[in-house]
Amino acid sequence: MNGIADELDRRLILATQAGLPRVPRPYDELAAQLGVSAAEVKQRLAAMLEAGRIRRIGAVPNHYALGYTANGMSVWDVDDARIVELGETVGRLDFVTHCYERPRRLPDWPYNLFAMVHGRDRASVLARIDEIATLLGPACRQHDVLFSTAILKKTGLRIGNRD
Amino acid sequence: MSGRPAPAVPDALDALDRRLINALQGGFPLSDEPYREVAESLGTTEAELLARLQRMLDTRVLTRFGPMFQIERLGGRFVLAALAVPEERFAEVTGQVNALPEVAHNYRREHRLNMWFVLATETPGGIDDAIRRIEAATGLPVFAFPKRREFFVDMRLKA
Repeated sequence: MNGIADELDRRLILATQAGLPRVPRPYDELAAQLGVSAAEVKQRLAAMLEAGRIRRIGAVPNHYALGYTANGMSVWDVDDARIVELGETVGRLDFVTHCYERPRRLPDWPYNLFAMVHGRDRASVLARIDEIATLLGPACRQHDVLFSTAILKKTGLRIGNRD
Repeated sequence: MSGRPAPAVPDALDALDRRLINALQGGFPLSDEPYREVAESLGTTEAELLARLQRMLDTRVLTRFGPMFQIERLGGRFVLAALAVPEERFAEVTGQVNALPEVAHNYRREHRLNMWFVLATETPGGIDDAIRRIEAATGLPVFAFPKRREFFVDMRLKA
């Protein structure tokens, strides 16, 4: 990855993108793989966490396996002047897992605020979207929800080896 | 404002599994024996935690365990994009779009814009190139929705 100037950081990302070793001393194992000390591995991970290059270290649950089988991408046409305040308000809701400001594509697409809402079924997702509509009030001109009906591909980004 | 739903957790997950999922979604220690540290905080053993973690990864209850990288801060880019695919061409276009390695996720959604995918590239320039290739392969205009601002959310899911 071109944005990673440091070769050891890059090698550490490549070594952990499939996951952290499931052994009692995982950082020692990474250190052995990379030919550096475990202290160096931990320091690099801590620095990447601090810089926000790693969001967190932990488990990523499968939504479906935990019973969150419905997901609706709710989209909102809100006042641009209030987008930060409104986006932060929506992002704070505990059933919203992603919340972004994105550009409109007029005339096809009037929406500038996207919030992904998960629930056990469509009815609960719709009920939560009603809550958002109430919160936004007149600052929202129109909204829609796009339910997913099929996962066509899900691989995630795989960072390649630099050749 | 309602709380999180009580999800329909499969029977195969017991109370300790759920506590592990909840505890392991962030703040994993950068210590010599981090699994033991987490296990002790939950009143279980390192061996038990490692066995359960591996089982939940094998059964896809968890999709991953490790550092979650913020790709933009590493120089890469994610862009959400959509197509309005004529219904009779849906399968064909799905194949054309999914053929690009830059397409990380792709979902069918109920809307005139009925195909929504995420382009993920290691460099910002790769996105425009991927969009041009999709337009050339499908003959359809790509609607790109790059994020302008990300609002904070707690992405942890309660098990």
